[in-house]
Amino acid sequence: MSASPPVHAKYEVVIGLEVHVHLATDSKLFSPAPVRYGDAPNHDVHPICLALPGVLPVLNARAVEFAVRAGMATHCTVHPRSVFARKNYFYPDLPKGYQISQYEEPICTAGWLEIEADGGARRIGITRIHMEEDAGKSIHDDAVTHGEGTHVDLNRAGVPLLEIVSEPDLRSPAEAAAYLRTLRCVLRYIEVSEADMEKGQFRCDANVSLRLHGEAALGTRNEIKNLNSFRFVEQAIETEIVRQARILDEGGTVQQATRLFEPATGRTKVMRTKENADDYRYFPDPDLVPLVIDPAEIERIRIALPELPDRKRVRFEAEYGLPAYDARLLTADRALADFFEDAARANGTPKSVANWILRDVMQHLKERDTDVSSTRLAPEALAALVRLVDEGKVTAKSARELVPELIEKGGDPAALVRERGLEAVSDGGALEAAAAEVLAANPGAAGRFRAGEDKILNFLMGQVMKKTGGKASPAAVRDILARRLRE
Amino acid sequence: MRGEALSPLDGIPIAIKDNLVQVGEATTCASRILEGFVSPYDATVVERLQAAGAVIVGRTNLDEFAMGSSTENSAFGASRNPWDVARTPGGSSGGSAAAVAAGIVPLAFGSDTGGSIRQPAACTGIVGMKPTYGRVSRWGLVAFASSLDQIGPFTRTAADCAVALRAIAGHDPRDSTSIPEAVPDYAAALTGDVSGVVLGMPREYFETKGADPAVLDCVHSAVSNLEKAGAKVREVSLPHTKYGIAAYYLIAPAEASSNLARYDGVRYGHRAASPRDLADLYHRTRSEGFGPEVKRRILLGTYVLSAGYYDAHYRKAQQVRTLLRRDFEEAFRGCDAIVTPTAPEVAFRIGEKADDPLSMYLSDVYTVTANLAGIPGISVPCGFVRGLPVGLQILGPLLGEATVLRVADAWQRRSDFHLQRPPEIA
Repeated sequence: MSASPPVHAKYEVVIGLEVHVHLATDSKLFSPAPVRYGDAPNHDVHPICLALPGVLPVLNARAVEFAVRAGMATHCTVHPRSVFARKNYFYPDLPKGYQISQYEEPICTAGWLEIEADGGARRIGITRIHMEEDAGKSIHDDAVTHGEGTHVDLNRAGVPLLEIVSEPDLRSPAEAAAYLRTLRCVLRYIEVSEADMEKGQFRCDANVSLRLHGEAALGTRNEIKNLNSFRFVEQAIETEIVRQARILDEGGTVQQATRLFEPATGRTKVMRTKENADDYRYFPDPDLVPLVIDPAEIERIRIALPELPDRKRVRFEAEYGLPAYDARLLTADRALADFFEDAARANGTPKSVANWILRDVMQHLKERDTDVSSTRLAPEALAALVRLVDEGKVTAKSARELVPELIEKGGDPAALVRERGLEAVSDGGALEAAAAEVLAANPGAAGRFRAGEDKILNFLMGQVMKKTGGKASPAAVRDILARRLRE
Repeated sequence: MRGEALSPLDGIPIAIKDNLVQVGEATTCASRILEGFVSPYDATVVERLQAAGAVIVGRTNLDEFAMGSSTENSAFGASRNPWDVARTPGGSSGGSAAAVAAGIVPLAFGSDTGGSIRQPAACTGIVGMKPTYGRVSRWGLVAFASSLDQIGPFTRTAADCAVALRAIAGHDPRDSTSIPEAVPDYAAALTGDVSGVVLGMPREYFETKGADPAVLDCVHSAVSNLEKAGAKVREVSLPHTKYGIAAYYLIAPAEASSNLARYDGVRYGHRAASPRDLADLYHRTRSEGFGPEVKRRILLGTYVLSAGYYDAHYRKAQQVRTLLRRDFEEAFRGCDAIVTPTAPEVAFRIGEKADDPLSMYLSDVYTVTANLAGIPGISVPCGFVRGLPVGLQILGPLLGEATVLRVADAWQRRSDFHLQRPPEIA
């Protein structure tokens, strides 16, 4: 999807994203209550989550480590001192009447992420990353409430979040989506979040404004909330670009507002305007001391970071001789990259392994909506299967048939091939007979080959393969046909 | 079980201020807004006191959410001073102070945000101590102003106070502002000897307009007595004292406005009947649930944190706080403890200041600075004016509880004001 060309010709689109990421800690940011998804409402709570009188927050050290990791992985400055602040507002799913967040002194600032954009690689600035707690959920759904008011579920209240704020460096809905995918990939690599959008673990607000090309000042922005899929992000930004362009084209001025995306209609509606913007009365939380992290600890976390996708991609290209495109696909998911490396090492022919993963394995994973680490396919098994093909012991066609079974049940490819009788037919007698039959049945084709039309050989090979039920070794068939045609 | 005492507090009946939560007991904070709230968990001090064998026999009245200096701002009615029932016992921990002064219990606990232990102790002729900020865990203390609140004991003597403080003090991982340092044996510091101890008299505290000269005379006389016992007395200066009340009445309401936002009628406590919508639920719940002083401070606090006012008010008040802290650091380079009056006057009549909040706020003029600086302070009886008790305040440096208690104890060994009983009770 892209805005109509005239809009982009006239205006420069300026997008900044605020991403909220749930951290994969066992317990909440300031309370020992567990972080779980799908439990009965108000099950995962503690007096701290309920904001009972007299309770006090205690910071989760693991969440701090995750925040430092995220800062390091996005090239941020990680500050040895940061401060938690209270963001005050009233809402029934916010038990304390304030959210503990970071405001004037966040834990990370001034980083960047490189994304693959239309015009090549682009560096997108990250303004800041701060830690905060999530609110609970207000349930307005009549199916739950039976029409009686609103219900509140506090299981999510206090779940640790990182808010990652980008610079207004993104220039199109596609770039916004690319940034989000890259960010999600990095966060998954460093294992700080599952970043599952459907579970609300990775949420995005977009700030969108337009300005004439060449203009230095930013236009008036609108913030769009509730973007909980990549598709919605692109769709909502696109809609907003068109809306703002129409206003500007007509000589109007864009009003600063916060808008809510409505997935059902694909439109946005105004939540609040600048005039009635909330005053959150931020101030440092007196129940918490400033967060001080020993620089040695920051360094320890930095050293323990896994290889990040960027670097891994470059290494895959160099070490395994993979094309950039393949290397990018293989490194998009850390488990997949690890699977590839294990299989390539066991097999010895990385390119073949990469082809098999990208062509066959990926297709089945997609169909099953799963990732490679949750299947029974062992890297050694794929390596063995690919070797059987490359050695001509089984045909690619037969091997392909075994992939779904290996994914679902696992097993040893060589044994499966034997059990099923899928060994490639390279026995001279049977192949010679089949070749002779095919040549006899297609005298025209044989003639065209002799007249120099090399490609016709593929047709003849196909015919022989058909006769042998796909089990003929293509190399053997090719040899036999070529010899007979030359005779 | 073996017939041995669990601790010096074993079997001692005690009272606690009704802003400390206790399993199975209603915690009201003297507010209608907490109507029906029963705590499912214990405050750390409650846990420690019960583990020490103390028996909690009652929960005491307070100014609503500890906001006040008279214990008149209570949804359940005013507490009275055992020395003159027409007068307030001071506040906000007036119920605990009155209970000890009246001989109902030998030991009670309160909380001190700007003087709420020391001022009522002075008004009722007993000992009351606010420890160093962070010395006693605030877990389970219903917050008024988190950066200032501290729990402490009311007793008749500094010696009892030393025992009681040791029982509740110490690090608590549930309170991030809790201090990790080990708790000394305060009682061991009570030698009765003050020879060589340097007492600082801050000039600014004795020049306060509106202070009763008779109260100042009592303090001077106590200091002379300690000097005769070998203490050295020296004038010190705390130049930013005059900003203390202003800074306090910006910071405390600011924190309170946020701390009290949780009382919204959604999860517990009072909820307005049949609200039309969410705004109506909040508006009526809080209008019905909070008393006038609490509303005044929430409004004030909301204002000082608002965009455009934060820098001029809240940030500036925090800067004053830093200056006050430095004042004390500087002063304690030249003395071991600081002696001042606890309150500018003796207990006032019920209703006397009810319509004059500013005059009420000035009751805290000598006490708020210790909360702003985080230092420990105690009030000990040092005389009577027109038959009403007067308190001597002794302040110490951070974690200087032992010194403070030692001076207070030495004074009590040389005086008998704490041995006198309210006439109607004696």
